[in-house]
Amino acid sequence: MADDLKSGRIVVVGASLAGLRAAEKLREEGFTGSLTVVGDEPHVPYDRPPLSKQVLLGQATADTTELPVRRNADAEWRLGVRATGVDLTAKRVLLADGESLPYDRLLITTGTRARPWPNPEEAGLAGVFTLRTREDAAGLSERLSAGPERVLVIGAGFTGSEIASACRERGLEVTVAERGPAPLVGALGGTLSKLAAVMHRNHGVDLRTGVTVTALNGNGAFTGAQLSDGSRVEADVCVVALGAVRNVEWLADSGLAADPRGIACDAGCRAFNMYGIVTDDVFVAGDVSRFPHPLFGYQMLSLEHWGNAVEQAEVAAHNMVNPGPLRRPHLAVPVFWSTQFGLNIKSVGVPTYSDHLVIAQGSLEARRLAMVYGFKGRVTAAVTVDMAKSLDYYRHLIETGAPFPPPPGAADRPIAADVPVPSDVPDPSVLSHGPTVALTGHLPDRRLTVV
Amino acid sequence: MRTVVDLTRCQGYAQCVFLAPEMFELHGEEGLLYATAVPDDQVERVRQAAAACPVQAILLGEEVSPDGR
Repeated sequence: MADDLKSGRIVVVGASLAGLRAAEKLREEGFTGSLTVVGDEPHVPYDRPPLSKQVLLGQATADTTELPVRRNADAEWRLGVRATGVDLTAKRVLLADGESLPYDRLLITTGTRARPWPNPEEAGLAGVFTLRTREDAAGLSERLSAGPERVLVIGAGFTGSEIASACRERGLEVTVAERGPAPLVGALGGTLSKLAAVMHRNHGVDLRTGVTVTALNGNGAFTGAQLSDGSRVEADVCVVALGAVRNVEWLADSGLAADPRGIACDAGCRAFNMYGIVTDDVFVAGDVSRFPHPLFGYQMLSLEHWGNAVEQAEVAAHNMVNPGPLRRPHLAVPVFWSTQFGLNIKSVGVPTYSDHLVIAQGSLEARRLAMVYGFKGRVTAAVTVDMAKSLDYYRHLIETGAPFPPPPGAADRPIAADVPVPSDVPDPSVLSHGPTVALTGHLPDRRLTVV
Repeated sequence: MRTVVDLTRCQGYAQCVFLAPEMFELHGEEGLLYATAVPDDQVERVRQAAAACPVQAILLGEEVSPDGR
């Protein structure tokens, strides 16, 4: 049987980071059968994080971020064609060009797309952008190079903040509008969000919090926006950074457990069907998945993290070509990073799965710190600002369920001297920016359900 | 050639910045910015940077060639 799994037909739908790494891993694991990777974008797999950093800063062009390969995946790349459905009984993926691809095992890595501005007419104004694809980045970068008078960024999550940071670095005037109380509050909670707000303002960003954008104005081209506090922002470029939407619509009639929160799968990346029964030939990985994690109460995590796309893709690929007893669970602790306003922010664990936090190293004043998050007396996350070398230590605390407040360890002072403060994680529904980590389960004493 | 840095792993040791200063630079204290496209005359330097990286976060390679499978 194990030999059968190394041959046959595998189709991967989604040709970005997770799809590429899965394809490579399948070959590394000894898969010798036919491998087809389907992608709706007409490009070979490319990297997205540089699009909001190097590309907007003008240090790289959007058409040079293709991902280097680790090995030849010996795959047939069907690029520029959208998958429109899957027939689980006939075991075929349907394509927009009318063709259908038979498979023995299927991997879904369709990821997310930028959440569009809700009014299509306003979204269509020249000068209004989202940022997710190579084309988005090329268009926005070109507009920024032309020297606009002011850029309006809607949403102060990680993407919105990085865009604002890049604009300021290029000397452009920026207004950021966020419905929540501060930037990054949805991902990092109250304390760090205050530092983020200071960083925005110290770098000359016109930061407006507690407001929504009620209308984008312009006659053909964007000229400004109305805010809910009655004010108006005059700007000629607008970047809508409202988070991401999972690419699941094509699975609506498939019978898989696919909804706006993603495609539910087990710890081995096997997709559930709509009855909650696990499939054995359909696998999921990357941003489009949601999966249970034992460190976070077995809640179903949706992660929009680069590292998760790679690790989960590798686990899925391994499990696709190995029999049950040799399969592995996807248990990696979530890690992500963001560089903005000259600070390197890194996070391990799930900061939103917390009730209190304590600063274990450094200080907010120094703009260099390690903050540890706890939930019900256990360490569940840590965030470092310009202290990345400490992150592994805190990952170990999370993995081992260390008590919160944490033991001295890497702390540069007695932790007991610092009183843990509430982590102030807001209800995600009050934010403009979507969360990049969504806890989609339910805690009896604390509602964290999103979407 | 293309390069990508696994910034999940990167801890800002900055060995790459010394070995291939035209390809890698620090943005602030430890945020790494890197050139995604590697010109031929920089390939050897990036190779050295990848080898020297204490956390092995740098990957150098060709992009997918859709026709060459």
